[in-house]
Amino acid sequence: MNITVAGEKKDVKEGLTVTELIASENVETPQYVTVSVNEEFVESGEFDTTVLKEGDVVEFLYFMGGGR
Amino acid sequence: MAFTNEQLERYSRHIILKEIGAKGQKKLLNGKVLIIGAGGLGAPAALYLAAAGVGTIGIVDADVVDLSNLQRQVIHTTNDIGKRKVESARETMNAINPDVKVNTYHEFVASDNIMDLIKDYDFILDGTDNFPAKFLINDACVMAKKPLSHAGIIRFKGQLTTIIPGEGPCYRCIFKNPPPKDAVPTCKQAGVIGAMGGVIGSLQAMEAVKYLTGVGDLLVGYLLTYDALKMEFHKIKLPARGEGCAVCSDHPTITELIDYEQPACELKAH
Ligand SMILES: [Zn+2]
Repeated sequence: MNITVAGEKKDVKEGLTVTELIASENVETPQYVTVSVNEEFVESGEFDTTVLKEGDVVEFLYFMGGGR
Repeated sequence: MAFTNEQLERYSRHIILKEIGAKGQKKLLNGKVLIIGAGGLGAPAALYLAAAGVGTIGIVDADVVDLSNLQRQVIHTTNDIGKRKVESARETMNAINPDVKVNTYHEFVASDNIMDLIKDYDFILDGTDNFPAKFLINDACVMAKKPLSHAGIIRFKGQLTTIIPGEGPCYRCIFKNPPPKDAVPTCKQAGVIGAMGGVIGSLQAMEAVKYLTGVGDLLVGYLLTYDALKMEFHKIKLPARGEGCAVCSDHPTITELIDYEQPACELKAH
């Protein structure tokens, strides 16, 4: 099935969970990433049970602490 | 307030823009922006806002200029090493534009001074380098209903969003709490490409100018990310202001400011 991850179209397996996507995308510091699916945040406790569907739009939001 | 001939010439490239005009330039001259952190982000932002004729610019920083700052903090020069950053920044801003009144605050932001620091300003620009400060500034701006440009940079990446309390999501809507100490690297540990501050800090200045003049669409409800290696900008639409947000929801659970612990490696540097 096709989903969009961080603006890029991807062909992924049916039934992919957010946790599996985080692993396959090599997300840095995965325990602190914020995830949105179709412009709704997914609670980190629900990454395991959130199954992605055809056409889903997934964004990863990262902590960026620098500035000075 | 009429423009002097010098002002007409100095701001001619603004005044000729139909979106800005003489009216917009007056708004800038009457505008008050507080920049927290006179570093990688704050330096370019301060330069552009001073050049633009923002009438009052406050700058908050407790540090002195260090040789390792000069790779990116373009408001300071080699001759400024050892000088208070707020002083060095003030001198450069006034050298560019004597119209600007620069207020300097040689201090760290904390729960006991932040409300007082932001209260007289129209727009707040976060150029700090640590999560405790970023969360504190977000919470204070939500509580005081002050518009805020939030940004972060690291390595070859940067991101920013604009927060208008009550209109769109805040920083805490995206990130509920600061990460544990040292769990997420800082610029000092991980490095940052100097021009990143120029890209993201200039975008923050752009948001301040747009807010003051009322021109265009602000980055409210969006996080704009920039990856210099891929040379890609990506605009992420954020969920609407969270009902569950601890600070900006209609029933907040955070009603007092919090001083989170500073990362130890950062404290040593001061
Ligand atoms: Zn919020």
